Amino acid sequence: MKPRQKVTMVAGACLILSLAASAFVLHRTDRLRPQATLDEVLFLSSPTVIKRASLGYDGLLACIYWTRAVQYFGYRHHSFAASYNLLAPLLEITTHLDPHLLVAYEFGTSFLAPQPPHGAGQPERAIELMEYGIQNNPDNWKLYYDLGFVYYMELRDYKKAAETFERGSQVPNAHPFLKVMAAQMAQHAGEYETARMLWSATYQTTQDKQIRDNAVEHLRALRVDEDVQHLQEAVTRFGERTGRLPLSMAELVAAEGLAGTPVDPDGHPYKLTPEGRVELRVPDDFAFATKGLPPGYKPRPKFHSPQ
Amino acid sequence: MRTRIAHIASNTFREAVRDRVLYNLIAFALLLSGAAILVGQISIEIEKLVVINLGLTAVSLFGIVIAIFIGIGLVSKEIEKRTLYTVLSRPVRRWEFIVGKFFGLAGTLVVNTFFMAIGVFAALFYVSHKFVRADALILVALYFIVLEFVIICSLALLFSSFSSPLLSAVFAFSLFVIGNFAEDLRNFAGMAHGFSRWLATGAAYLVPNFSAFNVITSIAHEQPVAGQLILQNTLYALFYATMALSGAVLIFEHRDLK
Repeated sequence: MKPRQKVTMVAGACLILSLAASAFVLHRTDRLRPQATLDEVLFLSSPTVIKRASLGYDGLLACIYWTRAVQYFGYRHHSFAASYNLLAPLLEITTHLDPHLLVAYEFGTSFLAPQPPHGAGQPERAIELMEYGIQNNPDNWKLYYDLGFVYYMELRDYKKAAETFERGSQVPNAHPFLKVMAAQMAQHAGEYETARMLWSATYQTTQDKQIRDNAVEHLRALRVDEDVQHLQEAVTRFGERTGRLPLSMAELVAAEGLAGTPVDPDGHPYKLTPEGRVELRVPDDFAFATKGLPPGYKPRPKFHSPQ
Repeated sequence: MRTRIAHIASNTFREAVRDRVLYNLIAFALLLSGAAILVGQISIEIEKLVVINLGLTAVSLFGIVIAIFIGIGLVSKEIEKRTLYTVLSRPVRRWEFIVGKFFGLAGTLVVNTFFMAIGVFAALFYVSHKFVRADALILVALYFIVLEFVIICSLALLFSSFSSPLLSAVFAFSLFVIGNFAEDLRNFAGMAHGFSRWLATGAAYLVPNFSAFNVITSIAHEQPVAGQLILQNTLYALFYATMALSGAVLIFEHRDLK
């Protein structure tokens, strides 16, 4: 073997071995400090400074910050986190860098507004974000719709929700249901009916599969809530009439003259506990249901979006 | 005269290609294809935006780096290698040498941008599966980026005509950064009084103003660009580059090369 070939072989082997060794050591180091990530650090928190520092490439930076916000929310959401301290600043930086990045308002609001474990539980920050979005994109009716959604769903502020839907209905080419929503809010119409209308509208006005699936999940949960409420009222009536609780769902069905054993949207019959509680057989299949859950049951976190 | 300038320009282009400048296209292709595939998985609904923003930003940054690092050596390298004396001993005027170098570098950047533009459109097609009329606006952004290159090439040549490569790089890059803050400088001038107002206004008009060339974000949102802006940016780039090149020629004409 020529000396040159020898050197080549030795250097090549050294290169591969040292690369593998450094990767191995790094992997071990990462395991020593599993939480050593940048998740909870925002080195620059001023949107204005970041915009200046972007040297005009603010669009790309906005995409990077948006991706970071999505990753941050996804990671914290997945780990059942109770706090999302960086979410609002990340979204504010994103939208300041690119005020026309509509997706950041639409999804950002739905990350911020719902209570944990479904979101960050910061509806006020969501409203600020959406108002900033409307200020910069006044002709986009969907932003008004999302804002009205937050007022209604998270704050139960019918007056503000009605005003927002009304404002949105004035925008050229706004969807006609904004007018209907404004009227619904103004007269505090039935809760389930209104919520069903909002989620149906969400389903119909988006092409995003994830959002459509999410809307379907909410509609299923709404049906469960409504069913359980009606059945629970039937149990109360039975108790008032007979002075005892029904022994089984069959007895309740017979006493109330129902058409058959009531079932949830998946076809599973509702359960009647000895304590007279109506419960779901598989509560994990209805992440957004608020009724029919066993005592102490904790729902799995699930993405929740109005748009 | 025209032939001599064309010869110098084509030699500058060939030299840049020999220096493997166009290798940056490989890095660009990897960056763009990686982004196009990855972003869909780690973010939400911004695949197209990322391809446009990242693609055009990369075209701009790669080009600026090339313009600065090649431009600063165009004159000094020829002096250092003593090849300049061979060139100037022939019937070539000093100003022709500068102008030829400028066109050679600008040509290199145009060719580079052309290939990168193909990459941007290919990545766009990959994520959208179709082209829409608004995608044609990307050509406007690319045109503005080329205009930026023209200005930076001329500035790099200006600094290269009297300074060392290291200092020229520092000056050119600083002007690129300052050029992005030119509007702030003008706002500052508006708030100042007396002498500082004159000074700030003068500085604001002297440094290149790159902010009007940056339409990447608005084009990513399919917002149209006014025809008037295209015309005025073209004129501004031509005038500014001519000014910087004239400065370079003036300095180089009077430089003692012995």
